[in-house]
Amino acid sequence: MKFKVNNEEVYASTGGRPFDKNKPLIIFVHGSGLTHMTWVLQTRYFAFHGYSVLALDMPGHGLSGGKSLKSIEDMADWIKAVIDAVDYKEASLVGHSQGCLVTIECTSRYPDKIKTLSLMGGAGAIPMNPELLSLAENNDPKAVDLMMDWAHGPAGHFGGHPVPGLYHINTGGMLAKSRTIKDTLGVDFRACDNYKNGFEAAKKIKIPTLSILATDDKMCPVKEGKKLADLIEGSKVDIIDNCGHMMLLEEADRVLKVLKKFITTNYPSKFK
Amino acid sequence: MSTKKNNPETIALHGGDYRSDPTTTSVAVPLYRTTSYQFNNTDHAANLFALKEFGNIYTRIMNPTNDVLEKRVAALEGGLASVTVGSGQAASTFAIMNVCQSGDNFISSTDLYGGTVNLFTHTLKKLGIECRYADPADPKNFEKLIDEKTRCFYAETLPNPYLRVFPIKEVSDIGRKHNIPLIMDNTAAPVICKPIEHGAAVVVHSLTKFIGGHGTVIGGCLVDGGNFDWTADPKRQPLFNEPDMSYGGAKWGEVVPQLTGANVSFAVRARVVLLRDLGAPLAPDNAWGIIQGLETAPLRMKQHCSNADKVVDFLKKHKNVARVIYPTLHKGEIAARSKKYLKGGNGALVGIELKGGVEAGKKFIEALKMFYHVANIGDARSLAIHPATTTHSQLTEEELLAAGVTPGYVRLSIGIEHPDDIIADLDQALTESSKTKLKAVS
Amino acid sequence: MSDKKKTTNPNTYKFDTLSLHAGYQPHKNAGSRQVPIYQTTSYLFDDVDHAAALFNLERGGHIYSRISNPTVGVLEERVASLEGGTAALATSSGMSAIFLTVMTLCEAGDHLVVSSQLYGGTVNLFRLTLPKFGIKCTFVKPRDTEGFKKAIQKNTKGIFGELVGNPGNEIMNMPEIAKIAHDAGIPLMVDATYQTPYLCKPFEHGADIVIHSLTKWMAGHGSSMAGILVEGGKFDWMQNDKFPTMTKPYEGYHGLSFAEEFGPTAFTMKARAEGMRDFGPCLSPQNAWNVLQGIETLSVRMKKHCSNAEEMVKYLLDHKSVAWVSHPSVPDHPDHELAKKLLPNGRGSMIAFGIKGGKDAGVAFINNVKLASHLANVGDTRTLVIHPASGTHSQMDEATLKFAGLSHDMIRLSVGIEDINDIKNDFEIGFRAAIKPRLVSNQ
Repeated sequence: MKFKVNNEEVYASTGGRPFDKNKPLIIFVHGSGLTHMTWVLQTRYFAFHGYSVLALDMPGHGLSGGKSLKSIEDMADWIKAVIDAVDYKEASLVGHSQGCLVTIECTSRYPDKIKTLSLMGGAGAIPMNPELLSLAENNDPKAVDLMMDWAHGPAGHFGGHPVPGLYHINTGGMLAKSRTIKDTLGVDFRACDNYKNGFEAAKKIKIPTLSILATDDKMCPVKEGKKLADLIEGSKVDIIDNCGHMMLLEEADRVLKVLKKFITTNYPSKFK
Repeated sequence: MSTKKNNPETIALHGGDYRSDPTTTSVAVPLYRTTSYQFNNTDHAANLFALKEFGNIYTRIMNPTNDVLEKRVAALEGGLASVTVGSGQAASTFAIMNVCQSGDNFISSTDLYGGTVNLFTHTLKKLGIECRYADPADPKNFEKLIDEKTRCFYAETLPNPYLRVFPIKEVSDIGRKHNIPLIMDNTAAPVICKPIEHGAAVVVHSLTKFIGGHGTVIGGCLVDGGNFDWTADPKRQPLFNEPDMSYGGAKWGEVVPQLTGANVSFAVRARVVLLRDLGAPLAPDNAWGIIQGLETAPLRMKQHCSNADKVVDFLKKHKNVARVIYPTLHKGEIAARSKKYLKGGNGALVGIELKGGVEAGKKFIEALKMFYHVANIGDARSLAIHPATTTHSQLTEEELLAAGVTPGYVRLSIGIEHPDDIIADLDQALTESSKTKLKAVS
Repeated sequence: MSDKKKTTNPNTYKFDTLSLHAGYQPHKNAGSRQVPIYQTTSYLFDDVDHAAALFNLERGGHIYSRISNPTVGVLEERVASLEGGTAALATSSGMSAIFLTVMTLCEAGDHLVVSSQLYGGTVNLFRLTLPKFGIKCTFVKPRDTEGFKKAIQKNTKGIFGELVGNPGNEIMNMPEIAKIAHDAGIPLMVDATYQTPYLCKPFEHGADIVIHSLTKWMAGHGSSMAGILVEGGKFDWMQNDKFPTMTKPYEGYHGLSFAEEFGPTAFTMKARAEGMRDFGPCLSPQNAWNVLQGIETLSVRMKKHCSNAEEMVKYLLDHKSVAWVSHPSVPDHPDHELAKKLLPNGRGSMIAFGIKGGKDAGVAFINNVKLASHLANVGDTRTLVIHPASGTHSQMDEATLKFAGLSHDMIRLSVGIEDINDIKNDFEIGFRAAIKPRLVSNQ
């Protein structure tokens, strides 16, 4: 669906069901240069089972209007503005990669708005490889190819998408190339590289938090993810083997299974 | 061997003209896993392409292994010819597209498999073909919907979920008055019903189901009854009476009987036009797999039906079952149809309405230990599904109710296991389905 | 990111590796190194929720082998990976892949612009069968790039062509025609059966959907029928209102919009969820496995096909019984330069040549070669020959033949991977018989 935030048009997938303001809200925040479509195998489940879902396209990404936001802090404030714009008092957040930085920052800033936090392939800081950053800022499509290479584990490089017939390395690459690379990926990478407040923000989080990490994640390795999780009181960690950073595509079913259990336990819906 | 006798057990093993392989004398049907066929010489090639002579050109259009299956199924159904295709859905698609073009309509029974409803209601509409639905409770409903663009009638012999046996002769008679052929999907009732004997012009099958029986391969076929005059009213059947420019202006209704000496225009056109252009051939491996299944189909059908009878007796008495749906349990005219059209059994499909609605349905399915929870029917194994949450979940609520799917309805396809084991599994699952979870009082 | 690699080149797997590995992970399949054949129709659901989730496209997985199958799925991913596509859908023949593509894109009242140099079966589909279902086509000669633009109408939903036309070896200027299509807001569909991704990846030149008859070079062995449609993922279905069935809520799936939900894989998702579900031309798992065996050797076969073809071109050009030779490797072929650009790894193994002595010589040649097989297929590992004027197209008169790009003296040759000298020796027998056709018995 489309709606306005700060006078700019925003697109969010509602997971194939009409957006229903009575149901508890889950917001999905994508990673650098990507779009709402990375979540297709998680959002539809929740939308069909009692939740209202918004898988956002961040400003300047996917089908959303506006320009890409330049800092993780701006993105965190923008998520809060989304919650206000759809007239909700609270929401659960799910983030992937850069989306983890955004949701951690948002939760630390607006603790009473956020009910649960789910982090996939998250870390407290995501310093950028300088060559990758410069390729992205120079609009070089090689930046996307490199990101897709590093973001997939060895098994993921051979495909194995749970949806028959889909080949996910190329699908992810096509998403990241759907808009001008320097305006999406370039801006996002710079924002990640600049962001230093992750560990401090994590210390302030008091809500139920889940970290899903993957053994073959080269971008946010298990060690980094655990370091972040250790700072969040009572947070749960789940580790998926034979899987890389693009866990929501590489191991969509296993991610959904863990996420389903966490959200339905800590943020139950009375709807079916 | 000629199969003059009409015994399905014998037809299933010998039907058609395959006796042994001419080169090697192999009795088992050889699997011709080839795409192409060497021409004897250029004249042979020319004759094949001009349809002056029939023979193998390319496996998309025909294959010797498939040919054995085609002739055997045609014999089983009492038809003259048959064409195999990649799935039962492809058979339904071809059956309609072989007689209808954009701007035409056809009349279908409302009692229909969900996949066929999607094809008829949404997808064929995009090709400009309109499906009009008639309630088969009264055959006259079909007559009321006919106009000058109506090309065929379509129905299933033994359709889920009501399991009302279709009035084949009654509707076929109406059709024949107007030169409209009746196409019967006989997937659920091979051996126990032969729609061509009752006037159907064409029979389609999903061979995946009872004829294959093993649940290993997907396949379908169209059987041409050879009993319909496609040329009697040229305006009614333009595709069989207007020249086809892709075959030098041939008029299918005329040229096929001239070439073959048989009234098999429907089958030939489906093969040389639709398989040629739309594809969807059956893989020879799958044809071979179905031939193996067909050998025991008549024996299996007996066991399916007798097991189903026992299951029905058991379910009727069970306290957690609100209603049992089975062809013989209808009343009056509808029940009489099952006596008239089904011979040697009443099929393997049984419906139940559970007391306790959608929750009981879910619990029942999940408690079954031997039954498989899959989207299929006609496997040798017993199968169960809860349509409201699965096969019919793409339909809107009105479509659901129109299709007779209520929240507590569970569809069973009774297998050929020992009946005591089938009943025991149903019994324990019914007990589980009525248990309520202990909940804290809030 | 914390990756410390100094290289700036991605280490994703290359063509020869993908042709052996893509789409399959042994650790998820009992450790089996080779792809298992899942000869099953149905799949057990974990519970009622799982079943509903699959039917609602909430989760990936298999319901019924008409719609998807794990063995077929490996083939689909493998071909998608080789083409550089996002998704693929395998079908029971190349023709059903074309049909499903058209049905996913069009409905009654729509129009397509189609190259006129196509495989005969495809011509029949577009010229005679699709119009019966309200879909009209305008044919344009493959070299008439401007003609494609002129033929586009308000209701045109796409452009379709074979990269190298059959049988005249005319090459369509894919990059320019893609631009024409995209300027009009419609996709370009390319049948690349004769090239395989080893010779050309049409997505790199602007195509949006690639179609193969896998029966041919991809499988190579001539044992199984199969087809596939592959999606490039770049085409924006939402840029205009030409594709309401892709962008608007779809009644068949709870109001799902394929373009919004599935983006770069929307076309394949719709082709499977609607076209395959309803029309049913599914590929058998056994055939998918057979094709996978063929694809394992695609690179080595294609190299040999192309080198044998270039040898045969030289041989035919020098032969006193040959009037003319058509193959993009011949320097005076009108598309010689374009072929270098679009087919850098080889120009394919289809050759057409004229035999001196016309139709009678052609008949004698075909009836006397011993090694080359006379049949209605192309792209087998074995050398195949056919004389269209006396075989496939024997009903046509001179004018119709000419329209189809054929002539009485034309022999079509699909060069196999036998030893090149054996093929040449066989042709010598054919040519000798053709010189004195009346003295050689017709079998």
